[in-house]
Amino acid sequence: MNMLRGFTALLGLQLAGEILSRLLSLPIPGPVIGLMLLLALLTLRPMLVPLVSRAGDALLAHLSLLFIPAGVGVLVHIDRLDGALFGVAMTLASSTLLGLAVTALTLQRLMRGRPTRHTRATDRTEA
Amino acid sequence: MEAIALDALWVYLSGSPLVALSATLVCYLAASALFERSGRFALLNPVLVSVTLLVLLLRAAEIPYREYFDGAQFVHFLLGPATVALALPLYRELPVLRRHLMPIALSLLAGLVVTVASTLLIAQLAGLDEVVQRSIAAKSVTAPVAMGIAERIGGVPSLTAVFAILTGVFGAVVALPLLSLLKVRDDAAKGLAIGLVAHGIGTARALGISERAGAYSGLAMALSATLSAVALPFVVSAWLGPG
Repeated sequence: MNMLRGFTALLGLQLAGEILSRLLSLPIPGPVIGLMLLLALLTLRPMLVPLVSRAGDALLAHLSLLFIPAGVGVLVHIDRLDGALFGVAMTLASSTLLGLAVTALTLQRLMRGRPTRHTRATDRTEA
Repeated sequence: MEAIALDALWVYLSGSPLVALSATLVCYLAASALFERSGRFALLNPVLVSVTLLVLLLRAAEIPYREYFDGAQFVHFLLGPATVALALPLYRELPVLRRHLMPIALSLLAGLVVTVASTLLIAQLAGLDEVVQRSIAAKSVTAPVAMGIAERIGGVPSLTAVFAILTGVFGAVVALPLLSLLKVRDDAAKGLAIGLVAHGIGTARALGISERAGAYSGLAMALSATLSAVALPFVVSAWLGPG
């Protein structure tokens, strides 16, 4: 039962997101608004977590699977790029590598350099 | 007689979503098993392997993509509720997240600026057509948002979707080797970086590292999509002129 209820809740929130996105002509798609709605809902009513977690965790466990149909579409249309393929590959690859490195190194540096008030007491017991 | 029976069978099967759905699931299960067997070797990423297998299958059987998608759309449809469900790992991570709000916000911003600036700069240096430059600007954003952005900045939305998915797969494949080379050990830092550059496909990979990495990846994906939707139109028209 919880599986079905959870799935219904996820679909309902996506629907609410789609409606909000269109009514307010937001540039953010319905599912992302649904994500924010669910997060707000769970924060306000933590007892709802078990209701959505079975269906939600089941979907997330195989998130990769859900990208396959769109992925197949890409490889089918890749010939449209012709001569631009090398330039496109260079752009995609180098900016992805740069973005990965900068984001991860910045966060790691900032978290190490500034231990939070809550963890400081436990982290530095030996000091 | 037999040929007629086979023909009838083929007509039945090609009108039903059953073949495309089964093929998608079988390829995914095989690719996942291969990925685990190989000790999670990065190049054997399940999305990359399944997509390659299916493209070869479609080419061999001469099935057009549209026909395949008619069946596979039932899997594709689940992306919506799955995106909503990304609130779950995020909710579980909320107590830790609240304590590191500033570092997270700063890293996201730094990563986003570097990603967008390097994309625009390298696309120009590589001599890509202006339309392609406009279409590639939003390549690190989750596909539905990226297509909306492309439309507003004078790009081609379907081309942008192609770039977004290619970037997602590339990011999911290279992220862990690169980050371990850079000695990034924290799952929060890994997740945030993967979600920022490789959106949903990266988040699928991050969830395979740990729920924590998945939470940060989902967060980065949602925030970078929102920020990009607001800021990219201005950045691109400043760089390339109004679209």
